[in-house]
Order: sequence, then structure tokens, then C-alpha cells
Amino acid sequence: MSDAILQTRNLKKRFGALAATDDVSIDLRAGEIHAIIGPNGAGKSTLIAQICGGLAPDSGTVHLMGRDVTQDSTADRARAGLARTFQISALAMEDTVLENVVLGALGASGRPWQFWTRALSDRSLTAIAEAALERVGLIDQRHMRCAALSHGQRRQLEVAVALTLSPKAFVMDEPMAGLGAEGSHQMTALLDQLRAEAPILLVEHDMDAVFALADRISVLVYGKVIASGSVDEIRSSSTVRVAYLGEEA
Amino acid sequence: MIPERLVNWVALLGLLAVPLWAVVVDEPFTITLVTRAVILAIAAVGLNIALGIGGLVSLGHAVFFGIGGYAMGILAYHAQTFTSLNLIGLVIPGTKSMPVIWLVAIVISALAAWIIGLLSLRTSGVYFIMITLAFGQMFFYFAISWSAYGGEDGLSIYVRNGFPGLNTLVPIQFFGLCLVLLCVVLFLNARLQNAPFGLALNAARQVPTRVETVGLNPVRLKLVAFVISGAITGLAGALFADLNRFVSPTMFSWQLSGELIVLIIIGGVGRLYGPVIGACLFVALEHWLGGLTEFWHVYLGLILLAIVLFARGGIIGLLTGKEGAHV
Repeated sequence: MSDAILQTRNLKKRFGALAATDDVSIDLRAGEIHAIIGPNGAGKSTLIAQICGGLAPDSGTVHLMGRDVTQDSTADRARAGLARTFQISALAMEDTVLENVVLGALGASGRPWQFWTRALSDRSLTAIAEAALERVGLIDQRHMRCAALSHGQRRQLEVAVALTLSPKAFVMDEPMAGLGAEGSHQMTALLDQLRAEAPILLVEHDMDAVFALADRISVLVYGKVIASGSVDEIRSSSTVRVAYLGEEA
Repeated sequence: MIPERLVNWVALLGLLAVPLWAVVVDEPFTITLVTRAVILAIAAVGLNIALGIGGLVSLGHAVFFGIGGYAMGILAYHAQTFTSLNLIGLVIPGTKSMPVIWLVAIVISALAAWIIGLLSLRTSGVYFIMITLAFGQMFFYFAISWSAYGGEDGLSIYVRNGFPGLNTLVPIQFFGLCLVLLCVVLFLNARLQNAPFGLALNAARQVPTRVETVGLNPVRLKLVAFVISGAITGLAGALFADLNRFVSPTMFSWQLSGELIVLIIIGGVGRLYGPVIGACLFVALEHWLGGLTEFWHVYLGLILLAIVLFARGGIIGLLTGKEGAHV
């Protein structure tokens, strides 16, 4: 338990009569990919919002590196090393690819109050940004406008921005969303390498990717974790089959 | 299409050439007209930082314009009546020195922008527009009822304030001073836009959630932009009052706030020289069309409509062939 990088304890969130998050305790350990799967409306997005900030839980805690961050803002959690990617790309579309990653490096530097120096001439920022682009394979597109990127490239850019934060943990909301077979394959390879850098809490619908990547899987149904275990355990669990994989027990 | 840099240089050289020509043919009124355009351009450059980069549609920027105007009016009024200003036990002498007046105008507008921004930035979109408008109206009605400084009638200042080494009563000299300030403000804007702050602010306009998830506070970025913006518009207000040697509550009017937005849209939102080109065109139309018909605003409206419908990047967008992506 002490080696958990990211940890939720008894998280609860209700919207009226609906228990969107019902006593969720999960942890993310160093070096692993922990996948969260579940049918639509299972409360995955609500859970992510509580982990990353932006939505306060009714009760329960979120710990990052052993520190309680439940009351911290999204920005504070990011500075503490929590890097998030979005299901629907949240990128500055009018800006270039490089500017988008420099923004990440700038956030990590914690020094946005510079009014005189050129951001793109600051090697301490661009070096980090270019290294991140190199990692995801977008270095040749760095001067392109983000709006001109393909969908798949935007997904890669999302990951690159997260990388610039030198995070302690990644929280990725459906990084494979909308990717074709080829793109999915590339993203899987990328995430596979990333887990050595920082563990990944992966919310994903693409089961092939989940089964290929995850060290552990937690299954969320109606806001509750109904099963948690290794890929094989989840695959063979009859509860999961009924509740999620849609097969008769 | 024409490179944006060229458009900018032509605009700046035009601003220099027209008054010089006016000196040669002895047309002092033209100089005053161009000076007016330059001062409005400074005010709009200020607004463009909040509006163009930060995405803050402030319908209350006349507050800062008016504060600058009244800073000049009050200080010069006390100087010309040989009285001093008593402010909660503090005795402040009046002054006829432009640099001192500018400093006061900038500091007070920045302070006002900080307070207004702090309250307004809790909201966004239409609510932000409405709150800034409400602040504008508050200042407007306060100025009307402020009888110590002329109330509704405003304050006349008999002699234009001085600047060391210049005779500001000579139109071309005062113009030169304003043009230099416009260049300084444009230069500041250009540096700021490419600096880390500008990059972050630009992103905060487009995707605030992204800015948060990299550990920055988008509201704080916008607040600082609003303060810088208000300070620049305040400086323009002081110059405007000095141009007319007169301040009145109309400097606080919401119509003025609206005009500043209109001339930015005409020139090109978020473009460095958008406010400059917008202000020149606005003053020219006001003069020529205003001379032909009392209802010149109708034609201004038509032009605005055409630009919003067919040239989203304003005049600069039209000339350079690059559509402005925002508004």
C-alpha cells in the first residue's frame, strides 16, 4: 500500500439518487498500467474528474505520492506530478504543435510570469518540448498548426503534453478513442514504454489494447468496483462476463 | 497576399506621413484628427490584450479610459486653481506634468482593473460582458454626480499639460509624443504576446482546461492580462483628455467601450496592428461620413456587418489573406 503512487480511498460521489462513484478504492503502483474498464455510464469520467480535480468527492480521499490532494485544485495536482490526457483532445488548435508542448513545459517550470523573453527561444522550455515530441513521433510536425493534425496525431500530442510535465503518474482517458487499427497499435506501443517512466491509470474501451497493456484491471459498474485483478483473472471472472463483457455465465 | 509585416509598416508610416504633410500645407486640424486616431489606437491596443489574446470581451473598458481622463483632469484642475487635493488626510498638490499624470493614470487604472477583474472573472461569456458593463455604468453615473469636478458638465483645462523639452501646445509635437507612446505600447504588446505569459494566456483563451492540467491557473493569467490592458487604456485616457483639454463623464460611457471593441473588430481581433488600423479607419469615417450625414453610424454599422460576415480577420485579415481564427 505504501508503494502506491496514486491512491483513492472510499471515494463517493452522488448526483441526486444516482451513486456515480460508490466507495471506490483503487491504487496505482510504480511501473504498472492499471486499466479501468466498464460499460458506458459506469462512472469512469466522474472518477477521473475526482482524481484529477475539478469535481470534489462527497467523501473519501485521493493521495498522490502519499500526500492527500483531495482538496487541491487541478493545477496544484498537475504541479504535484499528475498528468492527464483527455478523451476529446484539449489542445490549443490555433497554435502550433510546438507551442502546445511548450505550454506543458511552461506549466512544469511554474514560471509563466515572464513578459519579455521569447517563449520559443527559451531552450529550457523547447528542449523539454522537443524531447516529448520526439518520444511520440511528432517532431517533424512541430511547426504545423494543431488544427491541421490528423485525429491520431492529436491523440499523440495529448500524450506529448502530458510527458512535458515529467509526471509521477499518468491518468489517461481513452487515449485510443477514435484511432484506427494502425493508430491503436502505435499508441499501444507508446504506452507500453511509458509505464517505466510513470505508472498509468488507463480508462479505455478498446479491449484489445487493455488486455495487451494492463498489469491489472479494475471493472467499474454503476460506480462500484465489482472486480479487480490481473488480465487473466478478469477474463475468467464470471461476474465480469455477466456485468460487462455481455456473455452468459 | 500582402505580408502582415508590410501592412503594419505601411500603417505606421502613414500615421507619420499624414501629419507631416499637414504641417507642410498648414492644416492643424488634420494633425488633431490623426492624434485622436493614435490615442484611440493606444486605448484599443490595451483592450486588444484582454480581448484578442485573453478572449475577455470587456464592455467596460471606458472605465479605465475615464479614470485616465479624470486623473489628468483632477491633477491639472488643482494645478490651474492653485489648490491641493485632500485625500483622507493626504494633501496632494496638482500638477501640469504629463509624465506624472501618466504615472498616476496608469497606477489607478491598473488598480481599478485588478478589483474589477477580480470580481468579473468569476464569471465568463455573457455574464462577464454584463458585469464589466455594469462597472462602466457605475463609474459613468458617479462622474455625473461628482460635482466637485464638474459633474455632468465636465472639467475644462485651459492649457495643455507639459512634457520636459517639448512645447505640447504645438499640435505636431503633441502628436509626436502620442505616436512614440503608441510605438512603445505596440512594442510591449509584441514582446508580451511572444513571451511565456502570452503563450499561456493565448492557450487560456482557447482551452482553459488544458492550461489547468499543466499546472497553471487560467483565471490568474486573465486577471494579469486585464490589469495590463486597463493600465494601457488608462494611459490613453489621460492623453485623450489632454488632446481635448477637457474631461467629461462621456469618457466613461458604454458607447465608448463599444467603439473600442468595434474598432478592434474592424482592424482585426488579436492582430498587433488591428487596433491601429481600426482606429484610423474609425476616425476617418467619423470625420468624412460624419461631415456628410448625421447618421454616419448607420454606415459604420454596415461596414462592421460586412467585416463580421465576410472578413472575420478584419481589415488585416482581408489584406494578408489570413482569416482570423478567433472572436
